[in-house]
Amino acid sequence: MGAELRNYLHEQYYFRLRLGFTALVVISLFALLASRFYYLQVKQYNHYQTLAENNRISLIPIAPNRGLILDKNGVVLAHNFFVYTLEITPAKIKDLEATIAEISQFVEISPLDRKRFNRLRQESRNFESVPIRTHLNEVEAAKFAVNHFRFPGVEIKSRLFRHYPLGKLGSHMVGYIGRINDKDLADLEKSGDLSNYKGSDHIGKSGLEQFYERQLHGTTGFQQVEVDADGHAVRVLSSNAPIPGDNLILSADSKLQEIAETAFGDRRGALVAINPKTGEVLSYVSQPTFDPNLFVGGIDTENWKLLNDSLDKPLINRPLRGIYPPGSTFKPFVALAGLEAGKRMPPFSIHDAGYFSFPNSRHRYRDWKPSGHGIVDMQRAITISCDTFFYGLAMELGIEKLTSFVRHFGFGRKSDFDLKGEIEGLLPTPEWKMRRFKQPWYPGETVIVGIGQGYTLVTPLQLAQATSILANNGVAMKPHLVAQIQNSLTGKRHISPPVVQDKITLNPDNMDIVRRGMVDVTLPGGTAASIGANAGYSIAAKTGTAQVIGIKQNEKYNEHTINERHRDHALFIAFAPAEDPKIALAVIVENGGHGGSAAGPIARKVMDYYLLGKLPIAEAAKIEVKIPINATGNAPATTPRLVPEEELYD
Amino acid sequence: MISRLFHRFVEHIDAFLMACLLFTLLASLFILYSASGQSFERVYAHGINTAVALSVLWVVANIPPNQLERIALPLYLLGVILLIGVALFGTISHGARRWLNVGIIHIQPSEIMRIALPMMLAWYFAKREGKPKPSHFAFAGLLLAIPVVLIMKQPDLGTSLLITASGFFILFLAGLNWKFLLGAATLLASLSPVFWSMLHDYQRRRIEILFDPTQDPLGAGYHTIQAIIAIGSGGSAGKGWLNGTQTQLDFLPERTTDFIFAVFSEEFGFLGNMLLLGLFSLIIIRGLMIASQAQSTFSRLLAGSITLTFFTYAFVNMGMVSGILPVVGVPLPLISYGGTSMVMLCLSFGILMSIHTHKKLVAT
Repeated sequence: MGAELRNYLHEQYYFRLRLGFTALVVISLFALLASRFYYLQVKQYNHYQTLAENNRISLIPIAPNRGLILDKNGVVLAHNFFVYTLEITPAKIKDLEATIAEISQFVEISPLDRKRFNRLRQESRNFESVPIRTHLNEVEAAKFAVNHFRFPGVEIKSRLFRHYPLGKLGSHMVGYIGRINDKDLADLEKSGDLSNYKGSDHIGKSGLEQFYERQLHGTTGFQQVEVDADGHAVRVLSSNAPIPGDNLILSADSKLQEIAETAFGDRRGALVAINPKTGEVLSYVSQPTFDPNLFVGGIDTENWKLLNDSLDKPLINRPLRGIYPPGSTFKPFVALAGLEAGKRMPPFSIHDAGYFSFPNSRHRYRDWKPSGHGIVDMQRAITISCDTFFYGLAMELGIEKLTSFVRHFGFGRKSDFDLKGEIEGLLPTPEWKMRRFKQPWYPGETVIVGIGQGYTLVTPLQLAQATSILANNGVAMKPHLVAQIQNSLTGKRHISPPVVQDKITLNPDNMDIVRRGMVDVTLPGGTAASIGANAGYSIAAKTGTAQVIGIKQNEKYNEHTINERHRDHALFIAFAPAEDPKIALAVIVENGGHGGSAAGPIARKVMDYYLLGKLPIAEAAKIEVKIPINATGNAPATTPRLVPEEELYD
Repeated sequence: MISRLFHRFVEHIDAFLMACLLFTLLASLFILYSASGQSFERVYAHGINTAVALSVLWVVANIPPNQLERIALPLYLLGVILLIGVALFGTISHGARRWLNVGIIHIQPSEIMRIALPMMLAWYFAKREGKPKPSHFAFAGLLLAIPVVLIMKQPDLGTSLLITASGFFILFLAGLNWKFLLGAATLLASLSPVFWSMLHDYQRRRIEILFDPTQDPLGAGYHTIQAIIAIGSGGSAGKGWLNGTQTQLDFLPERTTDFIFAVFSEEFGFLGNMLLLGLFSLIIIRGLMIASQAQSTFSRLLAGSITLTFFTYAFVNMGMVSGILPVVGVPLPLISYGGTSMVMLCLSFGILMSIHTHKKLVAT
């Protein structure tokens, strides 16, 4: 009993000691607060008294100028200009319809303006001002200003607008900006950038405008303004200038872009051209394109429907998000896989009777040439695109070996490109098939992978990158559109250095066989002989066709009897000059039929211009000189021209 | 007869503490009237909250501490289960998963934890006879970490920090080794430059703004800047009730909840602040006295933790509003508008009163 009590008293003593300590902490922290209050309320009273008195002082954010986007020669692809807009704050207006009707006595308001206004209104909060008319000219602005007093809640504002002088050209690459919506706001809040967007209405929505948003946007400045009782600024107390965004300088050339896009005509498809040594993207085409200027002020419903519902899908970024079977353009990579594994080394050759089949099976994997190609070795197999040869090679290599080798060329994985939304494509493996379909892998599926059919899917960007890696002897350079980022204040340029992504060591002799096979493709006897004719430089290429619909065992494919949208896709890959490649590219023409005839000529025009500076002769007259015309005639002062006339008719 | 009934009614109410609380609560009605832009509805709702909270206080004060001790473990387990439930099935609002939808009502289990955790830890140390060993502290640390991690994941940094504090107070009062405390503090201090260098630039920037709001006057710093102007411009005697320009002209954000202290400060000045600090000090001193006179290990630890947690809330809120602490979402106890926090607070004061009024005679 006694010990317990002693214990109890002992415990209580220590507890009280600790309690006393906390009491000291409480007292000292409250004393700290008291001294803080003394400092703020007694010592600094005058200072804060003034601040509170002047709290009609408001902070006004000043939006920075967005960085420009320029092509490699300094041609402007995206820039800014000020326009007058007429804006309504719905919360301040009783009868919206009547007000708009009255305004239209002074300023013309079209049905399209009304539609866009209604759409933007739904997207924004009631107390935010929403533009009813953009691009007011001086006369209209003046007319309204005189009658301004009759319309509380309606204001003329001067806003910074984005303009894409080249319109449709390269729009999938450049992208566009649009009004900041709730989702953007949430994203900005999450990344902690919200306060930097206090003065901004727009944000990058697609393309480079989206990917390089951070660099392009710049830093918002702010002004401390003293305002009078009505909320109008009386004088500026202090200001912190905004820092304009950085300029992007691309590795692409707008003239080359124009040539490539014109070469497509009204066909759908994609083209990506890369400098194999640096990874710089020289041209990036997705056809058809759209006019990004439509999106800047908020697109109206009619134009949106037109773009979104079109069967041609102009809004899809095909190089990045279009997936196609590679068809025969896959063969050079399969060939290299075989040679590196020590298979089909010269002088090995087969006798092609027009089909491949497994022993004890009657199923025939047919060659595109029913009668067969006769004696074929590796180099010739590439040149004439012999299916039978590659069926057997794929079979012998096995699917694992084949896919793990070609993965080094970027197939089946993202290329870490500087546009958002890249699709991985598909390099099938037995594990993948088990996961996806719960079915084992059949040997027959390996056979058709050998000619780029079956489950294999690639994006045009991947195919171009693979060609570029092949041209660069197995060294993969990270592909990128932006070559330099320029500080718009100092003019200092940060050059994006070439980055080696992956490297596979290849036997030069094997590379040589594949390269010679591909060069022969564009020489007489090859599948794209016409593409090499009179080129003046050597082209290593491979044609391909990808089936859109399945052909049954005993059916024949007849291009003319098939619906246009079910025709084969035409593919073409090339690099040139073959001995020291400066350009590598991939072209896909949707439902174009044969690769050599549909996609090849487009590639040739691009290479001719890039390597020789030669304009396509037949098309030269057809290339229109596009001078950007602004919808309201309010064209910016410095309108860059694309292709000077005198050069065209040389 | 009536006096007997009255005596029965106030038997377990501590008169001094109650007087302080009632005075503060009354003041809060007036402050809220001003802060809400003279809205009677707000004041009425606050009055209802207060009435409910005081009833809870009375009920809890009449429960003997040994019964509270008995429900400590089940309440803690329930709280943890509900927190896990929140993590798995909770409803998301404003980007955080804090609420659990149980049939018709929504509950916020982290509020239960505010009282369940100190009760649990006090119970745990009460079970250990004699001087607690380091292993006991380690286990108690684990009991503390489980709910804290769950709440931090919601994410609710403010609440998890304060719950950590309430648990830490128990560990400290239970006799956590000084050497260990000093060692942990030194370790944290010496590791902080390492953490700092591991952060991304934008994360560093956020922390810098947290400590220096003037760097971001349009964003996170806006609240604090306006609150400091309100406090400073209050001067020594204040601008007078309903006359604070910062408050009445809408410059102060969140002025009925987390930033209500700025309203009070602007309208009642330095003198008002001293009065409020004094009132809070009286409440804390009374709480510490109750703790020091408590008879069982459970009740003295719990009373100590409740009192110090109340202090922490008050200090963190006034510190953040006056710009010496970073802004974390903590209401000013007894003053800020908000039903749940009011009820939980009065519940904890009910426990204090129960501890004080259920003492047995001990032979000394």
